[in-house]
Amino acid sequence: MVSKNRGKKIRGLSLQVIPFSEVKDLSISERVRKILNLALGNNIVILHGRLRAEEEARLIEDTMAMVDHIKSFKGIELAVIEPNMKNIGLMGKVKHGIAKRLVGDSSALTVIGPATIVKEIRRDPRKIELLLG
Amino acid sequence: MLRVIRNFSKRILKALFRSKENIKLGFYGPPNSGKTSLANRICKDWTGEEIGAVSKIPHETRNVQFKEKVEIKYKGKSLTFKMIDTPGIATRIDYEDFLKYGLKKKASRRRAKEATQGIIDSIKWLDDMDAVIIVLDSAENPYSQVNITIIGNMVARKIPVLIVGNKIDLKKSDVKKIESTFPEYEVVGISARDGTNMDEFYEALYKLTKKI
Repeated sequence: MVSKNRGKKIRGLSLQVIPFSEVKDLSISERVRKILNLALGNNIVILHGRLRAEEEARLIEDTMAMVDHIKSFKGIELAVIEPNMKNIGLMGKVKHGIAKRLVGDSSALTVIGPATIVKEIRRDPRKIELLLG
Repeated sequence: MLRVIRNFSKRILKALFRSKENIKLGFYGPPNSGKTSLANRICKDWTGEEIGAVSKIPHETRNVQFKEKVEIKYKGKSLTFKMIDTPGIATRIDYEDFLKYGLKKKASRRRAKEATQGIIDSIKWLDDMDAVIIVLDSAENPYSQVNITIIGNMVARKIPVLIVGNKIDLKKSDVKKIESTFPEYEVVGISARDGTNMDEFYEALYKLTKKI
């Protein structure tokens, strides 16, 4: 995946996959720190599962604090893809709900990219498009 | 026992008082969606004064702004709000983006620094709201993670939400797209700049206060 921006080429792109099992026992601070450390290292993070709404807010808060303190860091792009529940029957939804409560929402995928690499994430419920800059 | 009963009735009275007299109404949304324009429109309609400055340059509002005791009378009913206009929430801030609007480098850097702090303040204020108006630019794609995160946080905190699709005066405006993205919420299309559809907005605002 190579994209041009202002005449420069991105030579390498690192995708870091985090299995849900790796973060499920971490506190909010630890989860957010882990994600932001990877984003700071210019990795695009693919997290199995999704953060809770409060964690996403915390991620934005901590991201802004880092933008304020780290000169080259401009923030992140963030997107969550979830399975399409519209086509799943009632029992399927119930099972999914129970699984979510027991093991967390590991059926979703969260993509987090540093803003210096990911210019924009365009998305609809079924697909996402990463525009690299 | 007496103290327990007294505290309980105090809490009930406080809750009743808050819900009728001093509703903390927050304006949330992404940058440049028209939060301050809408807050200004309401404040001007009912107090004659505005709450803050607006600009085409994103992140014009970088501090949480307040207007106390805004009394709105609608169809014979009266409600008093504390209006809380918050800086737009974003996941990225790049001072170079402001240069495109003609700002000098120093001013752009300062704006970026203030904007990051503004976003942190917006998020901190989430816990203090009684009800929230989420203002979206109806000419932009509503399916963004920031919008979903903001709404998700209201749900998690059990704060009633009304979604406003602003800028319906623009050709690209598509309020239906907002409705289909957030089908569980009431969406009102308005133009804060022109004052279009404000009656419908006030009606929805009244309905919202009943959920507090």
